[in-house]
Amino acid sequence: MSLAVASRSVIFSLPLAILFAWILARGRFIGRTLLDAVVHLPLVLPPVVVGYILLLLFGARGPIGAWLQSVLGIQLVFTRNGAALATAVMSFPLMVRAMRLSLEGVDRGLEDAARTLGAFGWDRFVTITLPLMLPGILAGAVTAFSAALGEFGAVITFVSNIPGETRTLPLALYTALQSPNGEHAAARLACLSVGLGLAGLLLSEWFTRRVRRLLGR
Amino acid sequence: MLRVAAAKRRGNFSLNVEFELAARGVLALFGRSGCGKSTLVNIVAGLLDPDSGRIELDDALLLDTRQRHKMPPERRGIGYVFQDARLFPHLSVAANLRYGQKRAKGPVYVTLEAVTQMLDLNSLMDRRTHQLSGGERQRVAIGRALLSQPRLLLLDEPLAALDDARREEVLPYLETLRDELAIPMVYVTHDFSEVLRLATHMVLMEAGHIVAEGPLGDMSLNPQLRALIGPDQVGAIIDGVVLTIDAQNNLAKVRVGGGELNVQATGLTAGMALRVQLLARDIIISTELPQYLSVRNSIAGIVTTVQSDDAHTDLITLDIGGKYLMARITRSATRELALTPGAKAWALVKSVSLRGHSFAAPAT
Repeated sequence: MSLAVASRSVIFSLPLAILFAWILARGRFIGRTLLDAVVHLPLVLPPVVVGYILLLLFGARGPIGAWLQSVLGIQLVFTRNGAALATAVMSFPLMVRAMRLSLEGVDRGLEDAARTLGAFGWDRFVTITLPLMLPGILAGAVTAFSAALGEFGAVITFVSNIPGETRTLPLALYTALQSPNGEHAAARLACLSVGLGLAGLLLSEWFTRRVRRLLGR
Repeated sequence: MLRVAAAKRRGNFSLNVEFELAARGVLALFGRSGCGKSTLVNIVAGLLDPDSGRIELDDALLLDTRQRHKMPPERRGIGYVFQDARLFPHLSVAANLRYGQKRAKGPVYVTLEAVTQMLDLNSLMDRRTHQLSGGERQRVAIGRALLSQPRLLLLDEPLAALDDARREEVLPYLETLRDELAIPMVYVTHDFSEVLRLATHMVLMEAGHIVAEGPLGDMSLNPQLRALIGPDQVGAIIDGVVLTIDAQNNLAKVRVGGGELNVQATGLTAGMALRVQLLARDIIISTELPQYLSVRNSIAGIVTTVQSDDAHTDLITLDIGGKYLMARITRSATRELALTPGAKAWALVKSVSLRGHSFAAPAT
């Protein structure tokens, strides 16, 4: 359940995060600092506030939620997709931050070299820039995935705690703790949580090392 | 044909240049570090915008600030070899070479086979770029640029980051390119030995301005050069032809202007073009045909100019039949021999002090 939510959240926010990392790292425009602040906002706000804002925007009567419901027939509140959205928003800054750092580390000289070899914007980005920032993308994705697994406040506020639909691992853990005789379930879930986190970190470390070796660094 | 006029101001540095390059040949942009050479080639490549300027390559207008026209670098068809090679670290050598080839737009004039053969890259193809030595990296970078089938090749100090041994390893490849491909090149360097080996033309730059330009033979006599390369490196550079080889004595006869020089024959064959550098400090001037000397070369000529070199020496320029050479002698010698323009004189050069460089494409 949690894995489904977290992977969905990462997959959908990945392209967007790359776009924002690009804009923040390379863009020269007024309001860049403001955009930077907005992207990082979920990091400093209480998660409940984020959940509340999402509820206002994407709720059945919220401006975006109503439109999605009537035009595309998508309901977000109290659904798994909604949980994914909430975790995505919460982990977005972590992802953007990692990618932005790696993008800033990409040698502009290599892109210039690609230009003189006839590679236009999009072609150049896909064949040079993106592969070179791959370690950052992986790191960002793994961090975001782990954060998504653990997201509590925004999820419970936005999509509530529905068994089988929006009850992610931390929510289940919380529920287990609240119910009598739930200690065993809670302990099991806690162990699972630790295991998943550890596996994620190890996997990302291994990936990054492989990519680095490939790039000869 | 490349035509460049460009001006750019950055801080208290200002660049203001205008030059042309014929359809074939190697133009050396020569000057001290920081004189604006790299800025200039970046402007030609389109990686840097000048404040004002106009650049034409063949029949294409690459830049005209007055018309607000700027062709992006990816459309210019200009190959660029950077000082730091800039190979793509995530690709193999073969993939690096093909990167430009796949995106080439102009007519194909060099194939992958030709390039790998010319630059000796076959054994490197499967390597990753970080497994290459400095010299190998530059060879791959040159090959990659060539395979994009450029109409002009820019080389920005491609050997500056290499030690002397690696430099010697790459230079012959550059000579091969110059002699075998009909592609104009702009070669940026602050090392005169590279100019001597490769250039057909030279543009001398100082503090963002061109102080002199022309075919290398003429430029070698230019007094402005002295300040950059030092008085001991001053000397005529003459493109001659090997006439005969005397294998027994390991001497080759080389025609330079109206005279002949004996040069060490190692590596030379009759009929080949040969560039010789006659350092002014190595040349002795005599006013009569000398006898009983160990010197192997004496060339008759007419004194054209006498310039003062420093407080006690003069630079004598001698017309040896359409070509010129320069000798540095003490001022008292100038006086005693009565060397004035129009005087007949012989230039004496020791064979061993001659430096010859094969040069299949003499200055056009």
